[in-house]
Amino acid sequence: MNDTIIEKISGTAVPLRGDDIDTDRIIPARYLRCVTFDGLGEHAFEDDRKQDPDHPFNQERFDGAAILIVGRNFGCGSSREHAPQSLRKWGIEGVIGQSFAEIFFGNCNAMGMPCMTVDADTCEALFVAAEADPPPNFEIDVSDCTIRFGDSSVQGSMPNGPRESFLAGTWNATAVLLEAADHVDEVASKLPYIKGF
Amino acid sequence: MGRTLLDKVWDAHAVRELPNGQTQLFIGLHFIHEVTSPQAFAMLRDLDLPVRYPGRTYATIDHIVPTDDQARPFVDSLAEEMTESLTASCRDYGIEFYDLISGEQGIVHVIGPEKGLTQPGMTIACGDSHTSTHGAFGAIAFGIGTSQIRDVLASQCLAMSKPEVRQIKVTGALQPGVYAKDVVLAIIHALGVKGGVGYAYEYAGPVIEAMTMEERLTVCNMSIEGGARFGYINPDATTFEYLRDREFAPAEGFDVASDYWRQIASDPDSSYDDIVELEGEDIEPMVTWGINPGQSVPVSGRLPVPEEHPDEAASYQEALEYMGFEAGQSINGTPVDVTFVGSCTNGRISDLRIASQLARGNKVAKGVKALVVPGSMSVRRQAEAEGLHEIFQEAGFEWRQAGCSMCLAMNPDKLQDREVCASSSNRNFKGRQGSPTGRTLLMSPAMVTAAAIAGEVVDVRTTMSAAQS
Repeated sequence: MNDTIIEKISGTAVPLRGDDIDTDRIIPARYLRCVTFDGLGEHAFEDDRKQDPDHPFNQERFDGAAILIVGRNFGCGSSREHAPQSLRKWGIEGVIGQSFAEIFFGNCNAMGMPCMTVDADTCEALFVAAEADPPPNFEIDVSDCTIRFGDSSVQGSMPNGPRESFLAGTWNATAVLLEAADHVDEVASKLPYIKGF
Repeated sequence: MGRTLLDKVWDAHAVRELPNGQTQLFIGLHFIHEVTSPQAFAMLRDLDLPVRYPGRTYATIDHIVPTDDQARPFVDSLAEEMTESLTASCRDYGIEFYDLISGEQGIVHVIGPEKGLTQPGMTIACGDSHTSTHGAFGAIAFGIGTSQIRDVLASQCLAMSKPEVRQIKVTGALQPGVYAKDVVLAIIHALGVKGGVGYAYEYAGPVIEAMTMEERLTVCNMSIEGGARFGYINPDATTFEYLRDREFAPAEGFDVASDYWRQIASDPDSSYDDIVELEGEDIEPMVTWGINPGQSVPVSGRLPVPEEHPDEAASYQEALEYMGFEAGQSINGTPVDVTFVGSCTNGRISDLRIASQLARGNKVAKGVKALVVPGSMSVRRQAEAEGLHEIFQEAGFEWRQAGCSMCLAMNPDKLQDREVCASSSNRNFKGRQGSPTGRTLLMSPAMVTAAAIAGEVVDVRTTMSAAQS
C-alpha cells in the first residue's frame, strides 16, 4: 500500500508575503461545513482575496503555480486539514517558507505535500525571483533539500523523518502503522488505564 | 538525571521507532467531532479498514450546532448533513456519541474532562488544535488533521516526532482580578505566537500549582496559540480530587491510580530544553489589540508603535490597519458591539460563576449584544441549578445552549461587518468570528462581562473595587 515517491516538485511559484498567516485565512471556517474536501480549491484565501484585488491568488500570472512561497509561521491556528487540502486543490504541490506551524506541517506531510524551510534572506530572494516577469521555473528537490530557479540554486531544510517518508513513498502512514498491529496490542495491554488499576 | 512527564508518557506509549526515525505512538484516547472526521471515515471506507479500537474513541458535536434553535433538521442543511454523517459513522463503527439527545453533548474539550475521560498519563488526540487543553491533567494531548484521524481510527497510533520540553514557571501569586486567561495571554505575549513550535510547554510554579483544574484547562488550552502543540501540567492532589467520582475515573482502584499518576509527574531533577520564568504579580488583565493572540497589552497599557519594533513592524502595521486602531493608543475605553463568554477556553462553570458575579444587579450597555454560552449541557444544567441563568437574563445577557458558538463562525452566531467583540475565546484572527472584517478582543470572562456592562473595554479590577466599596 505504498504511495507515490515524492522527490522533485517543479513548476512556477506563487509568492505570498506576510507572517503568521493562519488557517482561518487560508480557508475561512464557513467552508468547513462539508463532508468532503472537494471544491475547497476555489475558496482558498477567499476573504483575503476579496479585500485585496492584488492578492497573489487573484493574479492570473500565478495561475497554475505548483509551489507556494510564504513567510514565517505559515498555517498557524486551527488544525483543519481543509487548509492544506484547499491549497492542494488550487494546484499547490509543495510549499517553501521561513517556518511552518506544527500541525499544518504535519498535515502537509500526511498529504504528501512537502514543506521546505529556508532562512530569511533566501526567502526574500525566492519572493523576488517568483515576482519576476516572466516568472522562472522552480524546482524543489526533496532528496538534498535544494531549491533551483533560473540559474540559481539555494539550500533549504526539512526534518529527516518526513523527508525519508517522501523519498520512500511511505508518507501516508496508515499502512506503516498497521504493520505493527500485534505490538500495538501488547503496548496497549500494559497501560494501567487500559488493563485496569 | 530525572525524566519529564513527557519522557515517561511518551515511552509508555511508544510502539516502535519507524523507518524514518519517527515514533509510532499509541493513542490512549481519541475524540472526534463533526468538522474534521467525516473525511477520515470516508478514507477508512475507501481502504476497507475497520476502526481498530472503537472503545477508545468518543464523539460529540460542537462546532456547527446552533445555540438558540436546536430543532432537527437544523436550518443550515450543511450542518445537518455533517451531523448525519457523524451519526452514521458512529453507528456503523460502534463509537460512543454524545449527541444532542444524549443530554451529554458539549464542546469536546469541555466534556472530556468533566466526564473523567481525560486522565493523567494518557496520550490524547483529536482533530482540533485545542486538544492541548487536556494536558492540564498531565496528559500528552495534541491536535491532528484529518489524515491523522484516519490513522488513529485505523491503527490507534500516529507517526510522531517527540517534541522538546520548555518549562514555564509562573512564580509568586496573581493580583485580584487577574485570571488564568491573563496568565496564558501574558505567556504568549512574552514568547510569541511561534515561540513554542517544536516544544511541549510544561507549566509550573506556585501560580500554576495554586490553580483549580478549570483554570489549568484554560492555560493548557491556549498552548497552541503560542505555537506549542502540547502543553501540560504535572498531576497533583488538585488533579486527583477533580477526577474522584467522575463517570470514567477509576472507582475501586482510585488510590492505586493516584499513586501511578503521581509517579508520572516530572522528576524534580528533570532537565529541560529551556526554562522561562514569569512573575505572577506583574501580570495584569490582558487584552488583545491585533490579529493574533500574541498581539496583546495589559489593560492599562498602550498599543505598540510599529517603528519601535523593527522585527514585527510589518505585522503590527497590518494588525493596526485591520483593527482600525492607532499606534500608541490606549486599549482601555475601546467601544464594543458584541460580547461573548464561552468556548473551550472559558466556557466552564467557574467561568460562568465569575461572569455572573459581575453581571448581578447590572445591565448590559445599550446597543451591546451579549452572549453567554455554556461549554456543555452539563455546565448549562449546573449553572441553571445555581440560578446563574436568571442573573444573566435579568442583566440583559442572552443565555444559550452549549456549543462552540461565536468562537469560530461555523454556526449562526457571527459578527456582522466591522463589529468589535470582547471575547473569552482563543483566537483573534482576521474574520475568525464570522465577518471577514469583524474584530476580536480576547480577554478573560470577567473582563468580557465588565465590557458588556460598560459598553467598552474597562479594567475589571476597577469595577470590582467599586462594587466592594
